[in-house]
Amino acid sequence: MIKLQGVEKTLGGQHVLRGVDLEIPTGQLTTIIGPSGEGKSVMLKHMIGLLRPDRGKVLVDGVDISRLKEKELNEVRKRFAMLFQSAALFDSMNVFDNVAFPLREKRVVPDVEITRVVQDMLDRVGLGDMGHKYPAELSGGMKKRVGLARALGMGPEIILFDEPTTGLDPLMARAIHDLILSMHRVFGFTAVMVSHEIPEIFAISDWVAMLKDGKVTAMAPAEEFQRLNDPVVQEFISVDAAAVH
Amino acid sequence: MVMVQRIGAVTLFLIDEMGRMFIFLLRALAWLFRPPFRITQIIKQLHFIGFKSTFVVILTATFTGMVLALQGYYSLRKFGSEGLLGSAVALSMIRELGPVLASLMVTARAGSAMTAEIGIMRITEQIDALETMAVNPLQYLITPKMVASLLAVPLLVSIFDVVGIWGGYIVGVKLLGVGAGSYWSSIESAVEWKDVYGGILKSISFGLIVSWVCCYKGFYTSLSAEGLGKATTDAVVLTSVLILIWDYFLTSVLL
Repeated sequence: MIKLQGVEKTLGGQHVLRGVDLEIPTGQLTTIIGPSGEGKSVMLKHMIGLLRPDRGKVLVDGVDISRLKEKELNEVRKRFAMLFQSAALFDSMNVFDNVAFPLREKRVVPDVEITRVVQDMLDRVGLGDMGHKYPAELSGGMKKRVGLARALGMGPEIILFDEPTTGLDPLMARAIHDLILSMHRVFGFTAVMVSHEIPEIFAISDWVAMLKDGKVTAMAPAEEFQRLNDPVVQEFISVDAAAVH
Repeated sequence: MVMVQRIGAVTLFLIDEMGRMFIFLLRALAWLFRPPFRITQIIKQLHFIGFKSTFVVILTATFTGMVLALQGYYSLRKFGSEGLLGSAVALSMIRELGPVLASLMVTARAGSAMTAEIGIMRITEQIDALETMAVNPLQYLITPKMVASLLAVPLLVSIFDVVGIWGGYIVGVKLLGVGAGSYWSSIESAVEWKDVYGGILKSISFGLIVSWVCCYKGFYTSLSAEGLGKATTDAVVLTSVLILIWDYFLTSVLL
């Protein structure tokens, strides 16, 4: 469904992506790992058209979204949702309005249904009674859960997770991972997640890919990935796991 | 050689920046005529830019009118023309001081806040989030601010003019003893409709400059607290300078 072909991107004079080739399996949860500053979030933003590549193609169902006009791109984006590193909640709106925002904008759900859908999503992420609160009143974990509820509300085919557990304590990080996994099983969306949470990600991911030196250097099913005979992969996952523990 | 390179780099940067600013303006203005029209957002911004600036505008207008009357009275008295005080205050207010000072006040109070608000939304990825939801951030965030600014600034300038003239009245008539009749009649005989239209025209263009520059600086802020602080300062300075430069050109055309 999502395919990156030879994607290159220079940002601020730095050649971040140097020919990324990657295919995201439909309906699966794929996690992208790699050293900090290697361009994992940049790659994610290419998938939803927030950034356009200098070279290469970003294909969604065979359509190169990097060449689409804004209106056409927005049509493609209606199939996506994204959970940002900072949750990116609108601080001028309360939790309920944040979750309702995309529904009201896209008008895919009749007005009378919006309240029910929003409440359902908030219940699913365990924040059913927090609709009246503002983002500034929430903890980091709660913000991520609201972000997830907002993403789920649209019933997207694809959800992109940009380091969803950054800044959370280990227990909360595990809770967010469990939530993502359970929602993935319930709704069956294609998930692409950027994460540093090793080894936890191996337990929830179907596939794992590694971005190194601006390229995807390895990709395999999660269990197989841990056994890859690649010194760079082994060094990275062992160092990161040691750092976590 | 190094000097030439620097001049070249600065020139290229300025051309690039001006180009980006104009494209930003044209794209934001294009959304004025395309649905959805964000009426709720526009009303919110009218409240923020217009209503919440009223107090500071009234305060500055009162003292501007008062000091103008004070200075004008002593200057006119040398020629025995104190009776023209009303027209001197009113013309200065309507033609120049009202549009310029009210716009500078709006820049300081609302313009800086616009830059900070949009800049924070950029840094915390809220603008990216809008895009991922297929909502155009220019249409949702910028155009309502421009519409509100275009409507609010002329209204604030009108308030500034009226309050300023009354400020001049308090000092000229109540404190310095100029006749109330001559104060008002000199205004009636000297102020023409074209002065009023000119002032309103200026205020509309200043309203556009305030929202344009301040929103632009916030939208393209660098992603740090320091960068946002710089963007806010740049927005206020650039807007103020542009208002004064544009005022000169408009005045030379309108006179």
